[in-house]
Amino acid sequence: MRHIISVLLENEPGALSRVVGLFSQRNYNIDSLTVAPTEDQSLSRLTVTTSGDDARIEQITKHLNKLVDVVKLVDLTEGAHIERELMLIKVKASGAQRAEIARTVDIFRGQIVDLTATVFTIQLTGAGEKLDAFIAALGESVVLEVARTGVSGIARGDKTLAL
Amino acid sequence: MEQLSGGEALIRALHDEGVEFLFGYPGGAVLHIYDALFQQDKVEHILVRHEQAATHAADGYARATGKPGVVLVTSGPGATNAITGIATAYMDSIPMVVISGQVESRMIGSDAFQETDMVGVSRPIVKHSFMVQSAADIPAVVKKAFHIASTGRPGPVVIDVPKDATDPKLKIDYEYPQDIKLRSYQVPSKGHSGQIKKAVEVLLGAKRPMIYTGGGVIQGEGCEELTQLTRTLGYPITNTLMGLGAYPSTDKQFLGMLGMHGTYEANMAMHHCDVLLAVGARFDDRVTNSDTSKFCPDATILHVDIDPAAISKTVTADVPIVGPVQSVLREMLDQLDKSDQSVDDQALKAWWKQIDQWREKKCLAVAPAEGGIIKPQQAVQALYELSEGDAFISSDVGQHQMFAAQHYGFDKPRRWINSGGLGTMGFGFPAAMGVQLAFPDALSVCVTGEGSFMMNQQEFATCMQYGLPIKIVCLNNEALGMVKQWQDMQYGGRHSHSTYSESLPDFIKLAEAYGHVGVRIERADELHSKMKEALAMKDKLVFIDVLVDPTEHVYPMAIKGGAMKDMVLSKTERT
Repeated sequence: MRHIISVLLENEPGALSRVVGLFSQRNYNIDSLTVAPTEDQSLSRLTVTTSGDDARIEQITKHLNKLVDVVKLVDLTEGAHIERELMLIKVKASGAQRAEIARTVDIFRGQIVDLTATVFTIQLTGAGEKLDAFIAALGESVVLEVARTGVSGIARGDKTLAL
Repeated sequence: MEQLSGGEALIRALHDEGVEFLFGYPGGAVLHIYDALFQQDKVEHILVRHEQAATHAADGYARATGKPGVVLVTSGPGATNAITGIATAYMDSIPMVVISGQVESRMIGSDAFQETDMVGVSRPIVKHSFMVQSAADIPAVVKKAFHIASTGRPGPVVIDVPKDATDPKLKIDYEYPQDIKLRSYQVPSKGHSGQIKKAVEVLLGAKRPMIYTGGGVIQGEGCEELTQLTRTLGYPITNTLMGLGAYPSTDKQFLGMLGMHGTYEANMAMHHCDVLLAVGARFDDRVTNSDTSKFCPDATILHVDIDPAAISKTVTADVPIVGPVQSVLREMLDQLDKSDQSVDDQALKAWWKQIDQWREKKCLAVAPAEGGIIKPQQAVQALYELSEGDAFISSDVGQHQMFAAQHYGFDKPRRWINSGGLGTMGFGFPAAMGVQLAFPDALSVCVTGEGSFMMNQQEFATCMQYGLPIKIVCLNNEALGMVKQWQDMQYGGRHSHSTYSESLPDFIKLAEAYGHVGVRIERADELHSKMKEALAMKDKLVFIDVLVDPTEHVYPMAIKGGAMKDMVLSKTERT
């Protein structure tokens, strides 16, 4: 099963490599990874999506917790949560295609953020599945380039991942 | 406040941390530190002859004393040579602090002379590591490193120190921190009382109980509590290779070591038990055999460990208890005291009767060979008798290690010093140096094989320099015995690159070349007398070259893919 694990990490040099190294060292897979500083300058928030049975996920969270640079973590998929990913995508758009693509962007509530005579650059936010569906709707033949951020997530309700 | 350079601050911090010995080897990136070492006399530096030996010596010191071993090496090859020793300590959860030099900060990343990314190279085999950013960081980094290395589940910590951070011209205000707070590193101080209570109930309800303990009981200083608990319950106990000495081997409740080369009775009792109490052990594949689905099929498993990640890693625990073994075992004793339930004496009696039948197999018995040939087991038995079971025994890896584990009865913890997890050949001799330095008047013996010994034989020179009267008992079978055994058993006797008898050195002359004493023992009838003479040379290093039966195998041996009850018992017998 797919899991989204969010980690508060000391904002220290080498901290990220310890997390990434742990996954490769123990043969856990990383489907996506995002990391950026938080409002607290001393902490980064890292979100990793991975998959495995319950025993494997338990080992992953335990080993992450053992890392001295890991301050706190949560498996967001254990509860209700919001999951988002941002995609910037360049597509071929000329002639009659342009109106059709613009309509599709509207349906998916995306935005065209840049354009040339033959190319649209579109920004789209949502869960990973929505981004996949958008690419499928456009058809792979028009896609020129895809830049996705990987999954970021947060728990619903009052629950917080903070110190 | 005192003004010290980074190099001086580093050495002073080690002293303030209580470090007696620093095992190391100088080089360009650590010359400032070595100069600071030269100008003080509080921390004693031991100059080894290879950085790997520095880590093993520090490791031996740590295993024998319980205090962290400390290593100082230079950048590049100095640092990479230390890697095997760091990995050895990591696998066995040994507290160690390794200080490696690094090129100047401004040169990092430029492929400078003797530059290696030590923090990167060592990352998978350390508990944590630090890259010093400036001299002012040094006292706090040292404090943190020792705290992390020696608390919780111990392990090695690397401190990488760029040369400019130790510049003698740059002084800092030195103050060693009293306490250190790490918000992201907390060690459990006790186990969950509810879980402990539950575990005690299950234990008391057992019909066929078994206690299985590992190195964690020794590391966690829980041996007294373990012994008390085991005796109070009257249950059988086995120790892992790493856990030998945690429970007195001469006690009647002790079934010997378990696992791949464990005793018949220990492995049979494991397989047939209905309640298994595992303490400070990690269900390693050399214990469980490769297929964990066949492991202890009828048992309710109680697992005590300070490391939550060790629990349910390979074998699922029914009652997990995360906490320091000493405190958890004390609480178990308390709960046992308070409980209205008592041990099922009748069931226990029947269980012991069964175990005694298994014991009658006498799986470790050795038939003397003909023609005066020495059986390797006899050499270990002779050592046991002559040292009255009270020596520190370090070992390398292979047949001799198993013979030592099986036949030298350890009654005290921290006496058996061996590389259990990583299985590092070349570990034993330098480890014995660390032991001898910690206990100058004790008998520090390295039981080794000629193959392993040759991996770090250069340390003869270190022993001469510091007058370390180690006794080396080399079970010389002129082959890589364990490799050869597997080749005999699984590869049709094809001894691919496991023999070298025509090119072995004369170990007696080799020992003498370094100024030591060599003794050769060739016949069974001279084994006791010659070994006695050798051990009597109290102030000399003596290399005892015991020529042993080269055809001998280690038994029992687990059958791959089987359960713990599946063993080869001799060249002709299996379970």
